[in-house]
Amino acid sequence: MVEPVKSIVTPIRLEYDYTPGRATSRFLRGIAQHRILGQECPSCLKVYVPARGSCPRCAVPTEREVDVQDSGTVVTFSIVRVPSENIHFELPYACASILLDGAGIPFFHVLQGLAPEEVRMGMRVKARWVPTEKLGPTIASIECFVPSGEPDAALETYGEHT
Amino acid sequence: MAELCGIVGIGQTKLAAKRVDVSMPGLVREAADRALLDAGLGWADIDAVVVGKAPDTFEGCMLPELYLADSLGAPGKPLLRVHTAGSVGGSTAIVAASLIQAGIHDRVLTVAYEKQSESNAMWGLTISAPFGVAVVAGAGGFFAPLVRGYIRRSGAPADVGIRVAVKDRLNALKNPYAHLHLKDISHEMVEQSPMLWDPIRLLEACPSSDGACAMVLAREDLAQRAPTPPAWIHATAMRSEPTMFAGRDAINPEAGKMAARDLYAKAGITNPRREIDCAEIYVPFSWFEPMWMENLGFAEEGAGWRMTLEGATALDGDLPVNMSGGVLSSNPIGASGMLRFAEAAMQVRKQAGEHQIEGARRALGHAYGGGSQYFSMWIVGSEKP
Ligand SMILES: [Zn+2]
Repeated sequence: MVEPVKSIVTPIRLEYDYTPGRATSRFLRGIAQHRILGQECPSCLKVYVPARGSCPRCAVPTEREVDVQDSGTVVTFSIVRVPSENIHFELPYACASILLDGAGIPFFHVLQGLAPEEVRMGMRVKARWVPTEKLGPTIASIECFVPSGEPDAALETYGEHT
Repeated sequence: MAELCGIVGIGQTKLAAKRVDVSMPGLVREAADRALLDAGLGWADIDAVVVGKAPDTFEGCMLPELYLADSLGAPGKPLLRVHTAGSVGGSTAIVAASLIQAGIHDRVLTVAYEKQSESNAMWGLTISAPFGVAVVAGAGGFFAPLVRGYIRRSGAPADVGIRVAVKDRLNALKNPYAHLHLKDISHEMVEQSPMLWDPIRLLEACPSSDGACAMVLAREDLAQRAPTPPAWIHATAMRSEPTMFAGRDAINPEAGKMAARDLYAKAGITNPRREIDCAEIYVPFSWFEPMWMENLGFAEEGAGWRMTLEGATALDGDLPVNMSGGVLSSNPIGASGMLRFAEAAMQVRKQAGEHQIEGARRALGHAYGGGSQYFSMWIVGSEKP
């Protein structure tokens, strides 16, 4: 009696060339120089970080470049305790939605330098950059965010971004 | 004027962690055969097939609609595939209905499925973007911060999510097709289950399931002849919005509110909580019940959790929600939206067995997907609109 074949494993790979486009290229070159570049929407005046070249809300190009601070506020977060193959942080880690000072939209990054149970909404944080010689055109140039030690921000200042 | 469309056949497979007894074609065939049997029809009676599933990268089966054509009886017929992430089961049914409503076809078979045991959805959803860093772990990693934001904004008591998790698992015990049958489910059991994506616990999250759902839709005159009275489609609506834009309210997305407004207007509904008898909505993480109660206009903003707390959404409440046990009890991703739509239809056809709501005449089916950016919903009734 031969065992029937019920399933086989066939790994797949997908490789592609990625063209970041004009706006994101400028953002990534900025990161390589320790700068966070945003773009302001001429219509709603919100600053997009990373810059994408347009405002999806107003459907207009965003051209005016503005420097955004590398400090910000934790808008909301989750403590991740589940492993995932693509993620290389030690568990548990805090995945935070961070609104940089001067930005109009938050983005996700990892928050370190404190116990996960101490993370709070409204917490003030600062980017921890990789050493200057390792800076490159990638978000990975910002290793993580860490608490800045400033008092927490009031919900009114970031509530609309949760 | 659009033609009237009726749901004349509904079929679903047993939803389970691993259906090793069937292949993907076998899985969809099982649901389709049951829908045809329910409709009292054969393959020759079907004019077109509309199939939906979540991203191909989950199972790694590219263009599955071509691979499944034979098992869906599609050779020689129009075959169409729909894709709108997690909401796809709902939008697939809506696309199928529109082929009847537009007068293009007389009878359409629509099928949605997922075989999560042959896939790795967590990997598929943990996106490592070029020049970026992967930090968001799967769907839970994306939605957990939204849940935290909702709890803070609404001031909801911390155990609302636990109550939803218990209610839906109790409902699932009445549904023989449900994946999870947790006979000893309790508040303590959910509370003590491990935190996966704080504030979401293991038992506040949906399982990974294999399963398929199918429906046969027919034009008015043909639907009238069905062996079991049809569920009539009163209204359908779909809306989408970008995942990220400045000022986006991801907890209570505008696209969902717009879809609900459009749906109620088309169905002539002015007070959804009073005029809809029960709702089967897409709740993959327990806190999404109160969040969607608000988004769907059943509760004021910030007050959705009160419905859960007061028991309004229980089987004996004034608006039973997720009678089947919902996504929290079974999640074959691509099929999950269609299972919601099908449950709404089963309720108004009095086919829901032990989880039947007495006197359900008008029911809502709802699905959402992506980063809460695709919404699809329908209202079906036992009477013609
Ligand atoms: Zn704008």
